[in-house]
Amino acid sequence: MLLDNNTKVLVQGLGKDGSFQAQRAIEYGTNVVACVHPNREGQLFENKIPYFESAKDAVKKTGANAGVIYVPAPFAMDAIIEQVDANLELVVCITEGIPVHDMIKVKSYMKGKKCRLIGPNCPGIISPALKIKIGIIPGNICNEGNVGLVSRSGTLTYEAISQIGEAGLGQSLCIGIGGDPIHGTSFIDALSFFEQDKNTKSIVLIGEIGGTKEQQAAEYIKSHISKPIVFTIAGTTAPKGKRMGHAGAVISGKMGLASEKIKALKEAGAHHADDPSKIGVTLKSVL
Amino acid sequence: MNLHEYQARDLLKNYNINFPIGEVGSTPQEVFDIAKKFGGDVVVKAQIHSGGRGKAGGVKLCPTAIDAKNFASTILGRKLVTNQTDSEGVIVEKLLVTEKTNISREIYLSIVIDPDFESPVLIASSEGGTEIEKMAEETPNKITKIPFDPVLGAKPYELRSLISKLNIPKDSVKDFYQLINNLYKAFIETDSSLIEINPLIIDYNEKIIPLDCKINLDDDSYFRQKKLFELRDKNQENPIETRAKDFDLAYVKLDKGNVGCLVNGAGLAMATMDLTTKSGCFPANFLDVGGSTDKAKIKEAFRILVLDKNVEYLLINLFAGIARADLIAEGVVEAAEEASFKLPIIVSMRGTNSERGFSILKNSKLNIHIAENLGHAAELLSKINKANN
Repeated sequence: MLLDNNTKVLVQGLGKDGSFQAQRAIEYGTNVVACVHPNREGQLFENKIPYFESAKDAVKKTGANAGVIYVPAPFAMDAIIEQVDANLELVVCITEGIPVHDMIKVKSYMKGKKCRLIGPNCPGIISPALKIKIGIIPGNICNEGNVGLVSRSGTLTYEAISQIGEAGLGQSLCIGIGGDPIHGTSFIDALSFFEQDKNTKSIVLIGEIGGTKEQQAAEYIKSHISKPIVFTIAGTTAPKGKRMGHAGAVISGKMGLASEKIKALKEAGAHHADDPSKIGVTLKSVL
Repeated sequence: MNLHEYQARDLLKNYNINFPIGEVGSTPQEVFDIAKKFGGDVVVKAQIHSGGRGKAGGVKLCPTAIDAKNFASTILGRKLVTNQTDSEGVIVEKLLVTEKTNISREIYLSIVIDPDFESPVLIASSEGGTEIEKMAEETPNKITKIPFDPVLGAKPYELRSLISKLNIPKDSVKDFYQLINNLYKAFIETDSSLIEINPLIIDYNEKIIPLDCKINLDDDSYFRQKKLFELRDKNQENPIETRAKDFDLAYVKLDKGNVGCLVNGAGLAMATMDLTTKSGCFPANFLDVGGSTDKAKIKEAFRILVLDKNVEYLLINLFAGIARADLIAEGVVEAAEEASFKLPIIVSMRGTNSERGFSILKNSKLNIHIAENLGHAAELLSKINKANN
């Protein structure tokens, strides 16, 4: 399970954005048990959640088992490593703009360890049924249902969530895996989770140009996924060689093209929403 | 960020990687003087942020210093269009003049970050001189990829088999190992996303010599590589993109589009471009204003969009999570009124404070068309476009 009734969240990095998001998560129903921020040890966030100097300390005193990171990019690698070392089962890194060389080190360090990383440069994860969110996906646009959503994007995820709602459906779990070329949880990890999850009956996958992760997902779908999948790929009109906002969204070879990804996923039996405004409609038509 | 070839050569010199001697000139006279110093017979190379220079006429073998001078006067100050630039091309302001070398064979070498290996990867091919993409399509079996381990670097046993595959001359094997290790060191220390040596040549004396190089730095490493980022050459960039970058806006100019797109989030911005095409128009740009609540930034984004004279309509598509729709609406209205903007603006706005945002837009004097969702925005765009044509 990625999230359950026992999920206790530690928030690291409570600047303006981190504090705002932590507040929203608490309002949504998330059990936020600890905050980690330099020089605030002994204080309380929102008059109730204790601050700690280190993640290890916070885990020891509160039993936190999941962490979220809003720490600025120059310090984000250290924050991820700190949370991994504190034995958190799930680490969600929202921070955008982490140097790719830092993510290489992080991934190498995490090899063989039990911790699961989501992100970086992602909106996080939300379960409307459990009323838990770790990250920045707005809770009010989600509703409980059976669609599992996985996406490389942030706001396009929100778009998909609201289209699922407009189609009269809801989400079992939404996972934003992030727009960086090197990241934690992959499409394949999320697909494997959705296949096993009893509450998930169908899957929406949102990919974009750059890299080959969508093709790898397509290969995996062929032999491992029995549930219906609807997908869309952002960037069919993007030029080659230009970074389209996300560090990972650069077409640097033929495989990075949207058309190649669409072809691979269609061949794997996934249903293509060929227009980003038709994700919900397409999903409804295949169920 | 891209470095020029001459900058990359200077940088790699610090890592004991030495190219044929060369100097940079920015006037025909300087080029003449350098060529003369090198004894005539030189190679003159346009310094631009683009590959494909050779085919575009940006690299010339000049047997005499006079030839070098003549070539310099035809190319300096002009824009060079290659198969990798846009239709406008990029300006040539500097020429690198180097000694000529005797090439017996050409090898391709590069280090890139490979998301599949989640590490830097050495890419090598015995077919140097051509573009790697072309090689990948035409002779994929000649390309070798060796991942660098974060602890071990390149594994010697894998390099050994590469050396025999590339047929590196016996006397240069030691130099080759050294070169790979030095390149990797440079790659790590400079936060590069690409270092390419293409070609690495084997000369008549069976020596390996790097001839040309290209370095791209990871933009996200700016905070710790400030010194290297001083090498940025803004004249090589699209001026509107440069202006956007200075305001921390992710903007990419697209050729010949008529719809200016203002969106928050990279994925949604791409989806908005795609949708624009479906509605029979063309996107003029990619623009992600991010999760900003900064009105000044939104106003600047608007000004940047309307700088593009091809823009006939604006499409604003927001899904406010961190951002606040009302603040963005205020920014748009203020900037549009300052610019007396009269063209149709199609707006789709959801999320935080979107109702308030809509009322700000409706109460303005702008030519606003409100869309209920993304699909509706495309319909409106298509309808307005048809009425205009």
